[in-house]
Amino acid sequence: MNEMITSGIEVSYLVATILFFLGLKYLGSPATARKGNAIAAAGMLLAIVATLFYQQVLNYSLILAGIGVGSAIGAIGAYRVAMTSMPQMVGLLNGLGGGASTLIAVGEFWRLMDAGLLPSMDNRITTVLSILIGGITLTGSLVAFAKLQELISGSPITFAFQQALNFLLFGGFVAGSVLLVLDPSNMPLFLGLTGISLLLGVLLVIPIGGADMPVVISLLNSFSGIAASAAGFVLMNNMLIVAGALVGASGIILTQIMCKGMNRTLTSVIFGAFGSSGVSAAGGHQSSNGEQVTRSIDPEECAMMLGYARSVVIVPGYGMAVAQAQHAVRELADQLTRLGVEVKYAIHPVAGRMPGHMNVLLAEANVPYPQLHDMDDVNPQFPETDVALVIGANDVVNPAARSDKNSPIYGMPILEVDRAKHTIVIKRGMSAGFAGVENELFFQDKTMMLFGSAKDMVNKLVAEVKQL
Amino acid sequence: MSAAIITAVFIFTLATLAGAEVINKVPPTLHTPLMSGANAVSGIALIGAILVAGGRDLSTASILGFIAIVLATINVVGGFLVTDRMLQMFKKKAV
Repeated sequence: MNEMITSGIEVSYLVATILFFLGLKYLGSPATARKGNAIAAAGMLLAIVATLFYQQVLNYSLILAGIGVGSAIGAIGAYRVAMTSMPQMVGLLNGLGGGASTLIAVGEFWRLMDAGLLPSMDNRITTVLSILIGGITLTGSLVAFAKLQELISGSPITFAFQQALNFLLFGGFVAGSVLLVLDPSNMPLFLGLTGISLLLGVLLVIPIGGADMPVVISLLNSFSGIAASAAGFVLMNNMLIVAGALVGASGIILTQIMCKGMNRTLTSVIFGAFGSSGVSAAGGHQSSNGEQVTRSIDPEECAMMLGYARSVVIVPGYGMAVAQAQHAVRELADQLTRLGVEVKYAIHPVAGRMPGHMNVLLAEANVPYPQLHDMDDVNPQFPETDVALVIGANDVVNPAARSDKNSPIYGMPILEVDRAKHTIVIKRGMSAGFAGVENELFFQDKTMMLFGSAKDMVNKLVAEVKQL
Repeated sequence: MSAAIITAVFIFTLATLAGAEVINKVPPTLHTPLMSGANAVSGIALIGAILVAGGRDLSTASILGFIAIVLATINVVGGFLVTDRMLQMFKKKAV
């Protein structure tokens, strides 16, 4: 009988694994993505129900209470969160997953010691690894959350001998791990190692600047998966190992895509403290470069240019999202389409604060996804574009990335709006972008600046275009 | 290293490779929902938490397990629901 139950659980895990793979596969296409998410959720439900049948699982009231509390908090959070806050939400959820994995490793170790059982050699090693990865994921994610939520400053926090301290702590962790593996009964050492892993998570993320957060969130997403896998090694549970590995792999791939989008290596993100030396240029309409002048334009003239163009490419940046201008932008696009203008959106891979964030923000404003174009797709089309309209984006359209070897963003792939016949930039003032770099695009002959808040200006454009 | 752990490493490696293959071709439009969906899947830690919390008597281990259940459930439920909320906004035509 017991054997039958165990086999049943294992078969259910196999089915759940297949559902996870299918779900993620369906998540890869806009038409089937929602179904994919539901399939993955069904796989999760199956795995949870199957687990309740393990014979060592007895305390159902405690388990169901935990699931009840967690479900309520999770559901409320999921319905309340604003789409602009999605990076924080995912960051926080990553951390909770990492926290759960750490607690599993700690709890299992404690259970074995309480029962007077000596953990096996394998178990000691996997427990230590699990605590390291899970602990870093937990506190690293919480710091990333605090930075994105602006509870703490988004700029890099650095201090003297920071790297040295990190290496010292890591070395201490490795040395302590060896001792613990040799003598697992040393409980203070065990707790000390847990403390070090939590401290390492904080120290690794605080020196990373706001501009690099998309990379950090992707990386921590990967970590949360690997942490779950590590917990699976502790418990020798295949379901945990496979599902965790799946998430670990997807996070690594997204991290690579993000790094490529910014032309940064992972090591330079983690150890670089990007932007710490960058000083923002002063606001105001005056250029700091004496001889360079910008041409400004008013909404009426801008509306004429847009309305009588054949093709317009809109380049939205995070500034647009912060100003909550996406609905107004959609309306502008609708009005232009009505006049027979071909409108497209060009999305840079790192637009927004996490991979694909801008796409979600535009989807929320009812922009149909076939109108959204990737960088590689849209860049060859700029020479044939009449007007490129840049709204709240800066570094991702800076031609210095292509031409100026001394620029900190040199080599970063950009949206080549300077190759369009005309470029209009909606911007509050002349301040530099996230990376703290001056943008020569603003001083080019073909570029016109429309100064003002994104929302106000786009609303004015809508009103003007309506009268055409 | 026991045979069991080698089998586990084997499974982990294959799952990683297969996962990378499945995710590799996802268009940028779906990167955020993909990440939050994958994030919900990493809440699979919940089943580990259930195993740790499930002991008959209340102990330090079961209390740690209980906290892990709460955290992992928030991860699972919040992750899947917020992903669904995002995906229902993706439309092919304007409405």
